[in-house]
Amino acid sequence: MRRFSAFAIAREATRYHSGWERHWRAPTPKKKYDVIIVGAGGHGLATAWHLGKHYGITNVAIIEKGWLGGGNTGRNTTIIRSNYLQDPSAAIYEKSRSLYETMSQDLNYNVMFSPRGVIMLAQTHHEVRGYQRTAHANALQGVTTEWINPARVKELCPIMNVEGPRYPVLGGLWQARGGTARHDAVAWGYARACSDMGMDVIQQCEVKGVRKSGGKVVGVDTTKGAIDCDKLGMVVAGHASTLAEMAGFRLPMESVALQALVSEPIKPCMDIVVMANTVHGYLSQSDKGEMVIGGGTDGFNNYTQRGSFHHIEETVRALNETFPILSRLKMLRQWGGIVDVTGDRSPILSKTPVEGVFVNCGWGTGGFKAIPGSGFAMAELIAKGGSPLTNEFSMYRFREGKFIDESVAAGVAH
Amino acid sequence: MLIFECPYCGVYADETELQAGGEAHLKRFGPGSDDESFEGYLFMRKNPKGVHLERWRHSFGCGKWFHAARCTMTLEVFGTYSAQTLEPPKALVEKIKAKRPKWSWREFGGAAT
Repeated sequence: MRRFSAFAIAREATRYHSGWERHWRAPTPKKKYDVIIVGAGGHGLATAWHLGKHYGITNVAIIEKGWLGGGNTGRNTTIIRSNYLQDPSAAIYEKSRSLYETMSQDLNYNVMFSPRGVIMLAQTHHEVRGYQRTAHANALQGVTTEWINPARVKELCPIMNVEGPRYPVLGGLWQARGGTARHDAVAWGYARACSDMGMDVIQQCEVKGVRKSGGKVVGVDTTKGAIDCDKLGMVVAGHASTLAEMAGFRLPMESVALQALVSEPIKPCMDIVVMANTVHGYLSQSDKGEMVIGGGTDGFNNYTQRGSFHHIEETVRALNETFPILSRLKMLRQWGGIVDVTGDRSPILSKTPVEGVFVNCGWGTGGFKAIPGSGFAMAELIAKGGSPLTNEFSMYRFREGKFIDESVAAGVAH
Repeated sequence: MLIFECPYCGVYADETELQAGGEAHLKRFGPGSDDESFEGYLFMRKNPKGVHLERWRHSFGCGKWFHAARCTMTLEVFGTYSAQTLEPPKALVEKIKAKRPKWSWREFGGAAT
């Protein structure tokens, strides 16, 4: 693999850019791999990369039903933060946020990580109390956040109307080191680095069945034939329960649609990320100038990858009051992704009843920010059979009543 | 937008008039049951990619709970029926099977969830 650098740009500029390579190979599957990861989204690719990087396991295939990064990795609003209430969540999300800081160097791929700061707005008195509590919890967890008053919110985000009659801004939880990154680049960067380590990224290859022998996984049946493996990692978000059913166990999760939309591009007017949980609106401005708006989830099970129109209306209506500048903007695109939501709104990174099968799912509405941390922890879980970051996220925690209840802490948003 | 016919008041109600209530026909396992059944009752839910039987409430209308059969892949609504039943009506099951021959509803009184 030729490395990207300023020198490489100069070199290619002198020869009509004819020397750029394909980012990853398009191999045909081998007969057997040490580890198969199902799902070439951010989490799956990050898992594979960390397996190679830290544990020297490179006989790995990452198989993907559609195209690389075409699921939720390419459908989110790219927010990165780690201001969670519960200790296990703060640990894995903060690990993840810190890995984003060096990701471009680690992968030799510009993921455009922009630590521009994230505010979670408090617009009700419940939220004020909740976020003040989170700020204290974060101080104990070593996550740098701060409770700020409305004047400071206005200073950070001048386009905001903090005195709205319906949803006045009462303050906010400010994480200065949160931000955004280019979501496609995260998937592409990992895929390129994995391919360079000798791993096979196999697209358009759907898993049709999981083969077991004596309670242990021995391989998968796919649309490109049977592939053997010693260990299997399922990292497929919304389709996790479908895949788990093939392996013969159940997961405590349901799949729902989450949607987002973007406006026409406008000049730079907002250089931070704002999350308004009361009204289900998440707003940032992309480098292209589009206002990127995240909405709420539908209340019912759904696999259609599109959202409901009434949710767009609700999201935009509520945001208009807090951001009056948006009211004349045209919206360009709207899309949906299928997110996997668990009972306590926290992910599952776990061993399963089938030996050799590991599952990473349930990131719900907040998976993008967790990609590198999730991959780091999942790789340790697969390689060593356990990880301090994943122990609390077992799929058996529901039976034991050991929830990691972020639905209480964060309301709905992640 | 999803549109359901409320089996109680007969109104064709939009999704915004309704509230989704999750999987229908759950069998309750309370105190005294084993851990696995209790966990199943509380947390394990069917998450089918296809036909799903679920509970809905006509919350901005007559207020009644009812049941609906809906496809999670196409959002097609096959029909609605009373909540005062432990299994879907035969006519509805046949209607679904005519369109989705492979689909079958679990046997009555079967598994926990």
